Amino acid sequence: MKTTIKFICNDRVISTNIHPAVSLLDFIRKQEHLTGTKEGCREGDCGACTVLLGELKGNEVIYKNVNSCLLPIGDVAGKHVVTIEGLNSDVLSPIQESFISETATQCGFCTPGFIVSLTSFVLNTNHFTFDSAVESIAGNICRCTGHISIKRAVSKMLTFIDPVFNGNRIEDLINKNFLPKYFLEIPVKLKGLSSETYEGKAVNSPEFVISGGTDLFVQKWEELIKTEVSFIPPSGDKEKIRVSGNFVIIKANTTITEFKESEIINKHFPALNEKLKLFGSLPIRNRATLGGNIINASPIGDMVNILLALDTKMYFIKDNGVRELPLNKFYLAYKTLDKQKDEILDEISIPIPAEDCLFNYEKVSKRTYLDIASVNSSILLAVHNGIINKINISAGGIAPVPKLLAQTGEFLLFKKISTDNVSEAIKIAMQEINPISDARGSADYKKLLLKQLIIAHFVTLFPDFVSIEELV
Amino acid sequence: MKNYDLVRHVKGESKFVDDILTPEGCLHAYVLYSQIAHGNIKSVNINTALQMEGVEGIFIAKDIPGENQIGGIIQDEELLASCKVDFIGQPIAIVVAKTVALAKEASKKIIVDIEELTPVIDPRVAFEKGELIMPPRVFSLGDVEANWDKCALIVEGTVESGGQEHLYLETQGAFACPVEGGGVKIVSSTQSPTTVQKTAAKVLGLKMHLIEVDVLRLGGGFGGKEDQASQWAAMAAMAALKLNKPVKLILPRQDDLRMTGKRHPYSSDYKIGLNKEGKIINYEVTFYQNAGASADLSPAILDRTLFHCTNSYFVPNVKATACSCKTNLPPNTAFRGFGGPQGMFVIEAAIYKAAEKLGIDPCLIQEKNLLAEGDEFSYGQKAEQCMAKASWESAISKFNFPHLKKEIDEFNVASKIVKKGIALMPICFGISFTTTFLNQASALVHVYSDGSVGVSTGAIEMGQGVNMKIRQVVASVFSIKIDRIKNETTNTTRNANTSATAASSGADLNGKAAQLACNNILNRLKDAAAKYLSLANSDQIEIKDEVIYYENKPTRLLWNELISSAYMQRVSLSSHAYYAPPGIYFDKDKAKGKPFAYHVYGTAIIQVAVDCLKGVYEIESVKIVHDFGKSINKAIDRSQTEGAVMQGIGWMTMEELKYNENGRLLTDALSTYKVPDIYFAPKEFEVEFLDNPNDSLAVFNSKAIGEPPFMYGIGAYFAIMNAMKSYKPEKHFEIISPMTPERLLLSLYN
Repeated sequence: MKTTIKFICNDRVISTNIHPAVSLLDFIRKQEHLTGTKEGCREGDCGACTVLLGELKGNEVIYKNVNSCLLPIGDVAGKHVVTIEGLNSDVLSPIQESFISETATQCGFCTPGFIVSLTSFVLNTNHFTFDSAVESIAGNICRCTGHISIKRAVSKMLTFIDPVFNGNRIEDLINKNFLPKYFLEIPVKLKGLSSETYEGKAVNSPEFVISGGTDLFVQKWEELIKTEVSFIPPSGDKEKIRVSGNFVIIKANTTITEFKESEIINKHFPALNEKLKLFGSLPIRNRATLGGNIINASPIGDMVNILLALDTKMYFIKDNGVRELPLNKFYLAYKTLDKQKDEILDEISIPIPAEDCLFNYEKVSKRTYLDIASVNSSILLAVHNGIINKINISAGGIAPVPKLLAQTGEFLLFKKISTDNVSEAIKIAMQEINPISDARGSADYKKLLLKQLIIAHFVTLFPDFVSIEELV
Repeated sequence: MKNYDLVRHVKGESKFVDDILTPEGCLHAYVLYSQIAHGNIKSVNINTALQMEGVEGIFIAKDIPGENQIGGIIQDEELLASCKVDFIGQPIAIVVAKTVALAKEASKKIIVDIEELTPVIDPRVAFEKGELIMPPRVFSLGDVEANWDKCALIVEGTVESGGQEHLYLETQGAFACPVEGGGVKIVSSTQSPTTVQKTAAKVLGLKMHLIEVDVLRLGGGFGGKEDQASQWAAMAAMAALKLNKPVKLILPRQDDLRMTGKRHPYSSDYKIGLNKEGKIINYEVTFYQNAGASADLSPAILDRTLFHCTNSYFVPNVKATACSCKTNLPPNTAFRGFGGPQGMFVIEAAIYKAAEKLGIDPCLIQEKNLLAEGDEFSYGQKAEQCMAKASWESAISKFNFPHLKKEIDEFNVASKIVKKGIALMPICFGISFTTTFLNQASALVHVYSDGSVGVSTGAIEMGQGVNMKIRQVVASVFSIKIDRIKNETTNTTRNANTSATAASSGADLNGKAAQLACNNILNRLKDAAAKYLSLANSDQIEIKDEVIYYENKPTRLLWNELISSAYMQRVSLSSHAYYAPPGIYFDKDKAKGKPFAYHVYGTAIIQVAVDCLKGVYEIESVKIVHDFGKSINKAIDRSQTEGAVMQGIGWMTMEELKYNENGRLLTDALSTYKVPDIYFAPKEFEVEFLDNPNDSLAVFNSKAIGEPPFMYGIGAYFAIMNAMKSYKPEKHFEIISPMTPERLLLSLYN
């Protein structure tokens, strides 16, 4: 087993034998003294530590912005890490110029993170729109500017991107001073590294299996660096998301971004793309995985809430055996799972909804974006001649586990969509839940909020069949 | 005119305390703090922890060589708790080890035995128990008692305003290195190097001259590093001296959130009386300030609440009482606005409730009572060069307020669930430290023999652009290119006895001191030029764009040659200057005087949209007419305004400090304490610079900008109320901030 972690940091190849769960942030700041990357919160909630992570795909390197505080260095092996220092050259990039000309930086602590995220935007996007640019920096928090001047800087930056890029994006970006020249050499250098891929230490029964780790590294980073960890290996050549019969099969290590951008998902679940903007932030979505979100078992996990409504099934592997389990049977109690320690969640399957199925997702949090829900809820239903003949409603934040509101669904099944029925269903839902008061809201609030979100589902999907005035 | 600070920021080259390369052998400190909000310490056992490998020292109260006392205004705060703890987060021990992780691990092995007592969280409960930081303060004007029967309408009520976490992106921290002679050099993330120096000297039992404090820049301060940066610096210094090794102490984010004080929550009672015409006749208010466990800056903050309790309005009869109540929370501290916002929120609430009673728009009462030239504030100062009405009228007409209002009314008729709301928010904020002696500053300017310039002042750069403004002052006095000028770090050996960079006064005080120092050098340079050019009259010499002019005509002499010549002529090219603004005073006993060098005025219009089904809202637009005086750097001033307003809106809306009944902060991470993000920024944000040619004591007449715009944020609260009222016209909502989605939804439906 190869236990040395080799990767490229900016324009240098780095080898280290450090513990694989050490965060990239600590490594680059303390070992490499690349101090432009800042520690702001250590929980992926401020973006001051944002770096680019480039992965070789064929002959190309695909770059994503990620939170280096939540990124274990073991997961960086064979990849290209770009810090703010790695974006500097003799001239300022148009992004840097725009921040200066619009005074979009005050104390300067958060600024490198914004520059890195916007660089990731120009590397990846096919939509050079203001909104997409903003989405790329939605995981970056600035306490000084209130983001007003930053929005101006984004608009200004977009004026540098004209005419539209053609050909090799990296070359184009180098020509326009967005990137330094050494980026051209990275694919070849990374290929050279691939023969020395880090394999990690042989661990029979690791304490932690990491797939993304965007919550694990918030909660337990100090513990992780003292224990054995292993990483979910890449899924090889097999497509992470595929259609098989009437099901979409998804590898558990699929990131939220991969899921959100997948053509298959967008074809069969067109409502999800927009809704998933509410999941963490882009850097989080670039790292967090479906499997991680499921196993993490947070009662307010966004992806789990959606998957519950979609009749998701899980497939665990252990000693070459496969066990199937419906997701709604998985959560036994708070963070208690129907899963043996050495079982690994390999795949999930979602039935492709029939043409007439409707879906809606609602989430309310203190701050709309980059926040954890106070309450979230998904609904999947099919209606024939005004009668519901299929329905799932899930709710998060109202019980110790992510929950399918079974009795509420049962009540509504084979009923008409009407104000009275929705009103009655809400009463049943209130009996099914048991929220606690915490930092995300009082129990009373969460109850009221779930009621409102159920109303929102029906008002959104069937505005002509229910009366919002009567329901509220 | 490129601002080199910004260039470094965008390249990630700006250094903060934790970025400084440390000497070999640098140790790391971690602070163990109380998990109990109120109790008696029975024992602290460090033995097991001390034996851990890599642990170099653990220090508790009894190890402090000097005084275990860090209180500034009142001596009531220990550096390390000795026999009792008064809040969760109170430091008990400093653990020093080879790495932070080791130090933290060792801290877990320290056994602290505390006998628990009941904590007090609510300031009114503390008041009932007589737990006050100091006796209540009263400001009064006219005669409230005699005038209630002249009021056509009297409204009474209670207002609650929540605290606010500073959330400077750079957490508190310091690095200390022992130096010869038993001293220590501290690099600190502080707004007040002199306070750090004094505190460390006291704790270490050393003379101040043995302590050098150096500050490069801060990753945000907002008041949170005015008084509360000192303890971390003192701890690092103590550990460094005890172990004779360099020590770094950086607070992890969660510890910073739990251990440090915040904006004070207030609970207030008001009684307002208006005559038939809507003129405010009487205003009586009592503020219960939640000071936390010790005084910190609370007394001064309490005063500013009183100074600004009538905001931008003239009220002939005022009786304002303020009580600083001692509770078992971390000592609350300075935060942008310094108590002013809390005072202003209450009168705005009183006006809102009076308008509700009358069934009219609050802006009608606001407008009718705006300050006019010569009106007296409750503290005796008169409004001079008053721009209250000018800014109000300008905002109304520039942004066509009647039209905005009409659009909203039409929208609300058509829209059943989403409701829009709008509010006007005038502000009036006094500039100067109200503790008069603090209004002083000094500067040291060196012109080097190659013509480059270094300027040091007491000002701290924390994002507000004070360094750039000082460079502009220097460039302007000498009439040289700005890139010749460098800001030195703020250092106690170059400028001593400095005041904190606070009260929005950093550029005013330090800029003026720099101006004086430059003028001293300039006068010498003129003599030197006259001598060099063999001219009789040095009064007729001027420098314009680096060219030396005589009698308005350019000479052959340029800046570089002049400097070189002056040096050869043995002319001093350095100057140290001192500035104290004239004419300000305040008699604390009488609560009368002229505490402010000048006032800043302005008016904001804030528009919101509220989804009354889900209880969420959007700030749609912020439109401001603000009195900048004559801004010397509009880019900086605009950016300051925008940032301050959004911080103010955050305070009023989503920023929520939740404590449980044991005094534990529940919102102690960025995942639970939310501040405005880019999506929360309004689509429209307009800032108009109000023409104000009047002279003021501001540097180059460019008025202070740091704090005043914060208070425009209060308008967001009343805009949301306005929208809620449109949804439920029959409801009378309580005035409690922050207006989180939770409070909003519960207010609408419960």
